[in-house]
Amino acid sequence: MKPRQPFQTFGFGNGANSSRRQVKAWEMRRSFQTSANPGRGFLLRKDLMPVTALKCKECGETYGLEAIYVCEHCFGPLEVAYDHSRLGDPAELKRKIQAGPPSIWRYSDFLPFEQRPKTALEVGMTPLVRSERLAERLGVGEVFVKNDAANPTHSFKDRVVKIALAKARELGYGVVACASTGNLANAVAAHAAAAGLDSYVFVPADLEEQKILATGIYGTKLVAVRGNYDDVNRLCTELSAEHPWAFVNVNLRPYYSEGSKTLGYEVAEQLGFSLPDRVVCPVASGSLFTKIARGFSDWIELGLLEGELPVFNGAQAAGCSPVAQAFEAGYDIVRPVRPDTIAKSLAIGNPADGVFALDVARQTGGSVDSVTDEEIVDGIRLLAETTGIFTETAGGVTTAVLRKLAERGDIGPDERVVLYITGDGLKTLDAISHVVSTYEIEPALDSFAETVPVAAEEPVR
Amino acid sequence: MTVTVRIPAQLRSLTNGEGETEVEAGSVGDALEALFERYDGLRDRITENGELRRFVNVYAGGEDIRFGQGLATPLGDGDEITILPAVAGG
Repeated sequence: MKPRQPFQTFGFGNGANSSRRQVKAWEMRRSFQTSANPGRGFLLRKDLMPVTALKCKECGETYGLEAIYVCEHCFGPLEVAYDHSRLGDPAELKRKIQAGPPSIWRYSDFLPFEQRPKTALEVGMTPLVRSERLAERLGVGEVFVKNDAANPTHSFKDRVVKIALAKARELGYGVVACASTGNLANAVAAHAAAAGLDSYVFVPADLEEQKILATGIYGTKLVAVRGNYDDVNRLCTELSAEHPWAFVNVNLRPYYSEGSKTLGYEVAEQLGFSLPDRVVCPVASGSLFTKIARGFSDWIELGLLEGELPVFNGAQAAGCSPVAQAFEAGYDIVRPVRPDTIAKSLAIGNPADGVFALDVARQTGGSVDSVTDEEIVDGIRLLAETTGIFTETAGGVTTAVLRKLAERGDIGPDERVVLYITGDGLKTLDAISHVVSTYEIEPALDSFAETVPVAAEEPVR
Repeated sequence: MTVTVRIPAQLRSLTNGEGETEVEAGSVGDALEALFERYDGLRDRITENGELRRFVNVYAGGEDIRFGQGLATPLGDGDEITILPAVAGG
């Protein structure tokens, strides 16, 4: 294992307090609610959620909680800031979390709302499965599979969309939209339908048929753009300036990305409020990878978890590995690439949070590795054969990187490893059609005997 | 050569609300320089020590200039440059 660099919190820099007008107006609203209106104010003060502002990850400038995503000064990304000082001691906080609903809303104190929203189609609390067979096959100590395909639209994107749509409603939007590599498209279309919001979903035109169909069925306006994801993303960034819509991963991105923290909280809670030693997680934009780290570091800071951040290993497809390439070369910038891989849900050539993903990997003594399309398919098979979990190509990437780390000897014998599986195999069936075969026979005993190999007889149990 | 520069919403407070403008330039770097001269304060928003800030993307004809020759990417008459925040998507 590589030596750790000194731990730093991510995006929690002590930037100067802002005197920006919008923050002041917003703070006045807050103080009006709590003091100028004493009767109602007392209740609101008691219920006040810890969210405080948007804050630039680059320069620390703060803004009000609006539909903005870029710092006007340095173009840095905005991130939600919280004041957790009134949450009580760790034991009390643990009880509060455990008494919460069986969904991501049990972590409401760490999500960007001033009041808990009312929503349909709940998400989260997906299984964390310990797999002895996978650990044995890889020759490592302990492997847990976080099966986040077990969400309503079969990927982790339900988490981020749930947060973004609730925020869109809170901010008064009637139309939501997104740029997607597929899974986000599914989730936005479904949750918009459930919430009664109009939606526009933009995807690359060459997306897998399963993802196109599983998006269109919800009645969204599905726009297939002739270009790759980065082209779609650029178009949506431009469109967001032209239309008063809530683009979940553009102008609502600071809120949207907070949903990924719940994949850190949930795993920690499922491990009995303890940390794994290592996580392996896919890297597309780098947001999920970064936010899982943020989730763990939030809880370490609050005393809910003891120890230091796990080693973070990022997983990319060799056909789209801008972050892995930067890691390998020792760069702290990420040069864009043109994607060419079967792992389309990870095919972001110009990743917005690539530099932050690099920071997380380096600060935790981890890495960002890449695997070939052939290894991806082998990864899908390995996971299916050892755990019974069928994942899409992104999960094949993650599993293949876990195998690579194991073969390289990076993983210690006593380590507890968490493998993040972010999407369902039924979404990318074409990727594995060439490795699955059937025995076709007549409905007759001799046809079966001639065609199908039969293993040596085993005693009846 | 006359080229069109498209300005992101985040910078329009510095361009009197203009979303696009035309400049005379032979390269992306020249076009940005012409823009900086026209509008006060723009330079510091999108560059730092003479380089583009790390969360600014610039496209020439829809193509990220990092796939071309960066700021030296040549322009033809009627070409379009787009400046956008880099933190979207994913």
